[in-house]
Amino acid sequence: MAQSIHETKGEQASPSPAAYFFTIVRLSIVFIILCGMIYPLASTALAQVLMPAQANGSLLKNSDGKVVGSALIGQKFSDQAWFQSRVSSIEYKAEASGSNNYGPSNPDMLQRTKDSIAQWKLDNPGIPASQLPVDLVTNSGSGLDPHITPAAALVQIPRISQLTGIPADTLQALVTKQTEGRDLGLFGEKRVNVLKLNLALSELTRGTL
Amino acid sequence: MGIVQMAVIILILVLLVKPVGTYLYHVFSNEPNRTDRIFGRAEKGIYRLIGLKQRGGMSWKKYAVSFIVTNITLVVFSYIFLRLQKGLPLNPNGIGNMEETLTFNTVISFMTNTNLQHYSGESGVSYFSQMAVMTMLMFTSAASGFSVAVAFVRGITGRSSVGNFFEDFVKAHIRIFIPLALLVTMALVALHVPQTLKPTLEVTTLEGQTQQIAIGPVASLESIKHIGTNGGGFFGANSSHPFENPSPLSNVLEILSMWLLPASLPYMYGKFAKNKRQGWMIFGAMMTLFVLLLGLNYAAERAGNPAINAMGIDASQGSMEGKEVRFGIAQSALFTTVTTAATTGSVNNMHDTLTPLGSITPLTLMMLNNVFGGKGVGLINMLMYAILGVFLCGLMVGRTPEFLGRKIEAREMKLIAIAILIHPLIILVPTAAAFLTDLGKGGITNPGFHGMTQVLYEYVSAAANNGSGFEGLADNTSFWNISTGMVMLLGRYVSMIAMLAVAGSLLRKKPVPETIGTFRTDNGLFTGILIGTVLIIGALTFMPVIVLGPVAEYLTLR
Repeated sequence: MAQSIHETKGEQASPSPAAYFFTIVRLSIVFIILCGMIYPLASTALAQVLMPAQANGSLLKNSDGKVVGSALIGQKFSDQAWFQSRVSSIEYKAEASGSNNYGPSNPDMLQRTKDSIAQWKLDNPGIPASQLPVDLVTNSGSGLDPHITPAAALVQIPRISQLTGIPADTLQALVTKQTEGRDLGLFGEKRVNVLKLNLALSELTRGTL
Repeated sequence: MGIVQMAVIILILVLLVKPVGTYLYHVFSNEPNRTDRIFGRAEKGIYRLIGLKQRGGMSWKKYAVSFIVTNITLVVFSYIFLRLQKGLPLNPNGIGNMEETLTFNTVISFMTNTNLQHYSGESGVSYFSQMAVMTMLMFTSAASGFSVAVAFVRGITGRSSVGNFFEDFVKAHIRIFIPLALLVTMALVALHVPQTLKPTLEVTTLEGQTQQIAIGPVASLESIKHIGTNGGGFFGANSSHPFENPSPLSNVLEILSMWLLPASLPYMYGKFAKNKRQGWMIFGAMMTLFVLLLGLNYAAERAGNPAINAMGIDASQGSMEGKEVRFGIAQSALFTTVTTAATTGSVNNMHDTLTPLGSITPLTLMMLNNVFGGKGVGLINMLMYAILGVFLCGLMVGRTPEFLGRKIEAREMKLIAIAILIHPLIILVPTAAAFLTDLGKGGITNPGFHGMTQVLYEYVSAAANNGSGFEGLADNTSFWNISTGMVMLLGRYVSMIAMLAVAGSLLRKKPVPETIGTFRTDNGLFTGILIGTVLIIGALTFMPVIVLGPVAEYLTLR
């Protein structure tokens, strides 16, 4: 048994101050090695052996086996023929992360949102702005959000159908197929991974060529 | 659906409190126990390695000195590692050495369990530093805080001594933090959190552009970051980054990881006090305050930003600026409330972008600093308010107040007054100082009343050893590095030492027998008094700044 009952009265004969301090230094070194080296390296070894796909960034490949990104990290799509991701002040440059941290009353943020809405109206003529979901014109916290809401995907279908010639029904089926439910049917929100959706879209256009 | 998912997580937590609290009691009661067989040998090996021959009880002073000198030693090693990281191994991305004031701020920040980060993980620290400094300090600072809390509980419940710091410190690692962290690390990897030593990835996107993707040993840091209520992210965007927190399920795991141990401490305390009801009463007081503040944040974020709602788009989702689609409002609101209650300080949505009323939740939780609280500190603070509540009631009926059968007298009340007053002092004075100097004002990036909240939040977070930020603040300057560094030090050590002194002082007193006139501390009335004491002191101290910041911003937005 590791423990005995503690003495009831006072302290035991203390070691000398130097020995006491040396104990603390040794304690520190032991835990730097244990928690700062052995633990993370052992975790890495275990993860790499047991779950290499997950442990290395969940890379996503197209049908040719070429890596097109990470399933977890959003991408910027400048061509309007793609489904568009959310606003990102870092333009999905994933060597960094974050946003402008604009407060709710920040005039730059309000102007940026107004500009996004105006641009969206130009790119999607004929669709009333009242159907534009707020996630498409706001900046995510990470600046790398891979998802948009199902509504934000559906609202882009008329534009993409017009630009690519793919019937709206086909695109609708594509979005439905790529819509992920809540985790365990309960946690989080329904969502669509934009990179996966666009990857499926690109396989579709390639098939028709 | 939002309310249901929050309720389910709270329910899971409540169900786990008893088994985990019982386990914690067995670890720290120092009575022979089944777990000795599993961990005893490893612990004995460590005692031998560090040359610890006597593990008898310490005086409170010796305990405090051991705690502080250990922390200083770890800080010195960490400072050296960060300043030399360029030449040390495991630096595949070629990160340079860290600047002096930033290093000062960083090592204090991690040692004090704050994890305020004025650097960005992707570009500021090497993999070696992420492991040997950040990850290591996440363990050791949590174990330090936990040990002090246990010592305090031993003191006020009249054990033979406050215990032995080294023994508590080793046991906290071996029996709690390391096994739990390994378990959560593997679960996180299974949920797609990376764990690799490879350098930044380079991929060609669908549009043919090159995208660099920062990666690294994320999961092993992510798990202890939450279990130890540390909060410092591997990446700049913290737990909103898809690599740190890829899905709602990983979000639930992270919420429970940071909440479970602080929430189980009141139960452990009840077992030490041989009065489990009292443990539950304290848990009840914490949970009541928690649910009220969660409701405020959820409702405010759900309602959205009035200025954006007025733009004629479909804003029915709520305020999505600074939030991730996979989390939505409910998973973001719960995370924000738990991370500031448990003083973790990780964020899965940007607190700077919270609606004005929504931002009152994290601010209030850090100002109170006793609703669950970080590793141990929350329980200590709540017990401090409990003693204060008992004292106030004693004054009202003209009786010497008692707590757990011991008289509360002038010495204890003086120490508690110091611990209670230091918190507003180190928040409000530096906030005022920041507004009086150009160096301080230079960091503000949002105009108007929101700028006021940015500065206030930074010092509240530093003082409460939380570490979340209104991250828009341009805080990597000497002024901010040094001033928040000092606030973190005072916020951590002054109240801890004062409370260890209270424990030492109570230990010396003879217990008084319970009579019919004894004020009971294990019923609903006491819970009410406790909540009242917390809210009255909190409101008297902080209401003016809350009005100047978030409330004023709210009124301008409407």
